[in-house]
Amino acid sequence: MTKPAGATRSIVIEREMPYPPEKIWRALTQGPLIEEWLMKNDFRPVVGLRFNFRAVPMPHWNGVVECQVLAVQPHERLSYSWNASGEEAAGGLKTVVTWTLRPTTGGTLVRMEQSGFRPEDEANYQGASYGWRRYIGGLERVAAGLD
Amino acid sequence: MDTAPDALFKTLADPTRRAIFERLSRDGEQTVRALTDRAGVSQPAVSKHLAVLKLAGLVRDRREGRQTHYSAEPQALMPLINWMSLYGAFWRGRFDRLEDLLRRMDQ
Repeated sequence: MTKPAGATRSIVIEREMPYPPEKIWRALTQGPLIEEWLMKNDFRPVVGLRFNFRAVPMPHWNGVVECQVLAVQPHERLSYSWNASGEEAAGGLKTVVTWTLRPTTGGTLVRMEQSGFRPEDEANYQGASYGWRRYIGGLERVAAGLD
Repeated sequence: MDTAPDALFKTLADPTRRAIFERLSRDGEQTVRALTDRAGVSQPAVSKHLAVLKLAGLVRDRREGRQTHYSAEPQALMPLINWMSLYGAFWRGRFDRLEDLLRRMDQ
């Protein structure tokens, strides 16, 4: 799941899905469809556009992700920044999410890479002895997503 | 992939288990009886929750005579306490939802 990339690390998730790239591209780039599986958003596939993802706030997370569209290659590749916002922006996450679609015999290999996790992102949270408490409020929701 | 965070999430998703774990973290070592007095559920139920917490590495037990004392192992939470594992769990959940959506979408 993780790999070293200079001073930062990435999460990579790949899954083959039995649908053509064109269909998956719609789900990745049309706002109302994105909302159904990811979060509320004002995304449009326009390079340079700044937009937000919005979720229900949790303790210590304001629920808003600051993004900017970095790359749009229809049916192949989509990339946007994924950064902490508001008061949490200063020391918070600064990452990039990149989707790539590769046709396979049975459908499409969907690959998501979230890159730019810095060592201090983890240190910030591992170091605080009480740090885990801030996540407990979100556990039920995350766990529901695991089933 | 990283099954440890998944197991931890599931273990702590139960409010009673979470309350027991928080109590052990805050107040230190306790017997099952002491935990039962405050938990609002039966002693067998508390013992069952403790067994699940122990399996996840979140508590440790120590026998002394006829009593078993439990204490928290907060370092077991470490796999949870970073953005990487949170986002790993997050994105796997979202991939599932994306597939559900694709199933429902017109061709």
